[in-house]
Amino acid sequence: MPLSYTILVIAIPLLMFLFLGLAGVKMGKKLTGVLGVCAMGVTTVIAYAVALTYFFGTGDGQIVDGVRQQLVLNDWTWLKFSENLVVKLGVLLDPISAMMLIVITTVSFMVHLYSLGYMSDHHGKPEKGFQRYYAFLALFTFSMLGLVVSTNIFQMFIFFEMVGVSSYLLIGFYYTSPAAVHASKKAFIVTRLADLFFLIGIMVLSFYTSTFDFKALMANPTNALASAQGATFMGCSVMAWALTCIFIGGAGKSAMYPLHIWLPDAMEGPTPVSALIHAATMVVAGVYLIARMFPLYVLEQGAMDIICVVGAFTAFYAAAIACVQSDIKRALAFSTISQIAFMMTSLAVSTADGALIEIHEGYGLGYMASMFHLFTHAMFKALLFLCAGAIIHAVHSNENSDMHGLHKFMPITSIAFLIGCLAIAGIPPFAGFWSKDEILVACYAKGMGWGLWMSMVAGLTAFYMFRIYFLIFFWKKHEIHTEHAPADQPWTMTLPLIILAAISIVAGFVPAGELVTWDGAHLHTQLNWSVAGASVLIALVGIGLAFKLYYKENELPEKMKNALPNLWEAAYRRFYMDELYQFITHKVIFQNISKPIAWFDRHIIDGTMNLLGDVTNSASYAIRRLQSGSIQGYVFVYLVGALLIAAVTMICVMI
Amino acid sequence: MYLVPSLVMFGCGVFGFITRKNMIAILISLELMLNSVDINFVVFNRFLYPEQTEGMFFTLFAIAIAAAETAVAIALIINVYRVVKNVDINQLTKLKF
Amino acid sequence: MIFSNILIYFVIVPLLTLGGLALCSNKGVKAVRAVAVTGASVLVMLAIYLVAYFLQARAAGDTSEMLLQSKVTWYAPLNIELALGIDGVSVVMILLSAFIVFAGVFASWKMDPLPKQFFLWFFLLSTGVFGFFISIDLFTMFMFYEVALIPMYLLIGVWGSGDKNYSAMKLTLMLMGGSALLMLGIIGIYFHSSPEGQPLTMNILEIAQNNAIPHEWQYYLFPLTFVGFGILGAMFPFHTWSPDGHASAPTAVSMLHAGVLMKLGGYGCFRIAIYLMPFAATEIGWIFLTLTGISIVYGAFSACVQTDLKYINAYSSVSHCGMVLFAILMFNQTAMTGAVLQMLSHGLMTALFFALIGMIYGRTHTRDIREMGGLMQIMPYLGVGYVIAGLASLGLPGLSGFAAEMTIFFGSFEHTDTFRRVLTIVATTSIVITAVYILRVVGKLLFGAVQNEHHKELTDAVWFERLSTVTLILGVAAIGCFPNFFAEIIRYSFDPVVEALKAVGM
Repeated sequence: MPLSYTILVIAIPLLMFLFLGLAGVKMGKKLTGVLGVCAMGVTTVIAYAVALTYFFGTGDGQIVDGVRQQLVLNDWTWLKFSENLVVKLGVLLDPISAMMLIVITTVSFMVHLYSLGYMSDHHGKPEKGFQRYYAFLALFTFSMLGLVVSTNIFQMFIFFEMVGVSSYLLIGFYYTSPAAVHASKKAFIVTRLADLFFLIGIMVLSFYTSTFDFKALMANPTNALASAQGATFMGCSVMAWALTCIFIGGAGKSAMYPLHIWLPDAMEGPTPVSALIHAATMVVAGVYLIARMFPLYVLEQGAMDIICVVGAFTAFYAAAIACVQSDIKRALAFSTISQIAFMMTSLAVSTADGALIEIHEGYGLGYMASMFHLFTHAMFKALLFLCAGAIIHAVHSNENSDMHGLHKFMPITSIAFLIGCLAIAGIPPFAGFWSKDEILVACYAKGMGWGLWMSMVAGLTAFYMFRIYFLIFFWKKHEIHTEHAPADQPWTMTLPLIILAAISIVAGFVPAGELVTWDGAHLHTQLNWSVAGASVLIALVGIGLAFKLYYKENELPEKMKNALPNLWEAAYRRFYMDELYQFITHKVIFQNISKPIAWFDRHIIDGTMNLLGDVTNSASYAIRRLQSGSIQGYVFVYLVGALLIAAVTMICVMI
Repeated sequence: MYLVPSLVMFGCGVFGFITRKNMIAILISLELMLNSVDINFVVFNRFLYPEQTEGMFFTLFAIAIAAAETAVAIALIINVYRVVKNVDINQLTKLKF
Repeated sequence: MIFSNILIYFVIVPLLTLGGLALCSNKGVKAVRAVAVTGASVLVMLAIYLVAYFLQARAAGDTSEMLLQSKVTWYAPLNIELALGIDGVSVVMILLSAFIVFAGVFASWKMDPLPKQFFLWFFLLSTGVFGFFISIDLFTMFMFYEVALIPMYLLIGVWGSGDKNYSAMKLTLMLMGGSALLMLGIIGIYFHSSPEGQPLTMNILEIAQNNAIPHEWQYYLFPLTFVGFGILGAMFPFHTWSPDGHASAPTAVSMLHAGVLMKLGGYGCFRIAIYLMPFAATEIGWIFLTLTGISIVYGAFSACVQTDLKYINAYSSVSHCGMVLFAILMFNQTAMTGAVLQMLSHGLMTALFFALIGMIYGRTHTRDIREMGGLMQIMPYLGVGYVIAGLASLGLPGLSGFAAEMTIFFGSFEHTDTFRRVLTIVATTSIVITAVYILRVVGKLLFGAVQNEHHKELTDAVWFERLSTVTLILGVAAIGCFPNFFAEIIRYSFDPVVEALKAVGM
């Protein structure tokens, strides 16, 4: 196999994790950091080699009839459930996994490098737990890479759990801070809840199709669906249930409403971690999952509709909240949620007309657009987060009220952030424009309503991003709070910004239509100028509005806030979703389920057991009187007994 | 006819044993019963097997054993009295569970 | 000659260790430790050799149900034999026990007072455990079972903490109650072990072969034996000895008890109750299936609000062991394999938990999570160990719990009837609840600020504690990374049971 070295991409981070985790404490902090970065660099190079070979190579069996094939490179049996259901761990290369390899290793490498600077104080001295940090980063990278190359749905589930745990560990990196601990716990539990549905979905799916394997499932999706013919549950076919459950699993990781609540809190972790996990890679795992099972979803329209509605709603909901957040990382987090929802919607607007052969505009395009957006979004969102990290590192605060007017102090960061904003807002020729345009085209193809709705959200995106941008870098003159004046950060932090900014500018020109399609065939796309023009226009309106409101200090924002105080408050409090969850978990589950059960256990079940013991005891005490120890008593009883027996015997004899 | 005193003695002994609280008195009651039994031995020996003497011997044997046993009992009682200044069995409950 | 059978040495070695310990003087703790470590190491080596032997024999094509069979009659009037034999399940259980005994010796390194006597009882308990797993004679099994239970009373009563008399009494009495039911069941089975006119037998294989227990009798004998073993397996509602017992028991005893002794319950349930009475098992198994289903969720919910570390772990054991019985009652190979994997996994993981709790308690002198916090800063080694144990418990892939639970869930889901499916779905929810209570403890205990100033002076683990935990962590990771190795050993041992169940129309 020409690509058999792909396994190295996964093996190196795993080995790094084990090595740094076990030996890191003994090594110098700097050394571990450098080692981590170097290992990640090597991994990145290999990943690029793999992806480029896959996309442009013409090796044996890679391309058949103009269709790029899925390659299964390794398949090692991990656990055999039964004859049919065998869990394997392997490497599957196809357009999306190859693309994801690039995305993950690039961002991860940038973050590794960036963290050298970020996780040190202003004198370049590494923080406490530096080794642990790099070990966890390697663990996460390993898990995420393992996830994208999964050959079967169960492997996907395994790595879903793994990324969940690495995310938990990294969010809780500052474990002495209660907020971080709480946030990590929340993230884990919410995604675990979603994974529960994922698991149920897998159980149902694998039961009816008797396989976990993606290739077997996707080779003939119609058959796969037909295998559950007639099996229904509550009026819907079991496959629709299975796919919906699997979607819920993905929605948990991808922070779709109403399972999004963990993501904003996850910003308690170090900022590079937020960039890597909670912006670029892990949160798109859900999208990736749906994309992986796309042929099945396309045929199961019911599940697709659910995804579509959830995606469209989340996109708007998160964008609306992002407009009022004052913590820049939170604002970016909601922006991430909104963008991921774009990808979800884009996947879900694809429709199939009966057979899969029919390709019309919209079908297949949505898939491609979604994956393309995933790619570009990872780059510019990582950029934005890393910029935010640089700012936070400089001013030691997450609140935009502590920033303002930083443009003069941190020009490179400012420009990089601006590029990110332009990219996410969809201004040509930046990356976001191209991918978002495809998404909008796909949405319009599904229906005018979907298109208009998503266009509106796109406008909102431009608005809130530039609101953040202006509030950080302009608005008013910066007041220096700390002894250091904020400034651009050391090269380890600035270099990744520059590289990512460059990628954000040019990534849109990647011919995604030719590389990343659901069936491996080319998909010819062309810019739909009416949609593109409209979306640019709406983005410009959003930017203009933000400029008017937030470029210079003025009264307007305050006035707007006062005009609709309740709405503003609700949005700021994220429409009280957290309070709702808090209520459910604490009041309902803890107070009304766990406590009563514990009480029941202590008092009823255990009480019964103790009661048995007590009854035995008191019965013993009651009859203890008979054994008084008084000889006289015994003699008396004996005498009476003897006389009685004598009397009875006599009576018997006489009769 | 010889059995009547024996019966009376035994009845007194049983009654005394059950009702008396003083250990000495209980011991005396015990001896009464024992002696009534001894009398019975002698009497029955004479009634039933006048030419044999096993009953007589047994009685003598029993008297000797009773003497030893009484000595032990009295020793115990005296020692108990020395320790707790009391020989009332209702008060002597220290060894009870 | 029975001494040529390697299995008998699993009983002889602990007994020799007992003898060696008895010869040690009461004062010097060094000699006691040396003897105990030697005994435990020999057991581990024997167990590893046994696994190798088993694999080799199977690879060589030996397909007999039990390997290494041999027997000696020791009470002819009732046909009671010392009959030995192992299949895949016994092999892995023996391996598990050996590892836990080994780790347990190190966990009780600084046992005080009376170290010699402690280890004496400890090895007597191990003798019972190993004897149970190697026997295939009902009476001998029962005898070893009792040998394993009785030392518990003294181990908890003398070396325990807290309300130890109450706990020891409760645990022993409840388990003895189970034994009483079991005794009845065994006598019942014995008198129906052969068809009319044939000599009766105590040998499990022969009884299964004869398949002579009348159906109407099975209705009585199955619940007797199943509940008898189920009590030890902490089946709802007979689980309450577990929280109190574990809370009071000394570390090594908790480890051995939760790690191995509770597995005796699950093992007995399938080897005796289900294997010998398949008809009743299929007919009334649903009652116990419901009970174990309740155990799983109920234990998990109860664990959510406990504040004592050991109580949390004990309830978590109720939940996990419920999973074992639950899977056994699913009557198919996948689920039953999962059950044994879960026994292995839970054995190692809980032993690890209890070892760590013991070490933490030994330092802080409290087990109340409200009084502790930020221990990760003070004792990072123990903290990391605890996190690993927690992650194994909540089912992180790569550690043992995940593989076992998944096998159980997928096996259970193979049934198409709604009742079992619904129960399976209910059981799967435990993975979320488990995450809730594990993370709650980890968060409160290890993370956050240090609650108690005095805790800042505490020290991290020392070498024997590290050895003890590393052994267990390696075991947990081995099962998690290479579950198929274990699953393949186990799987085919269930052929006869599944065949028997199929024969009665399962």
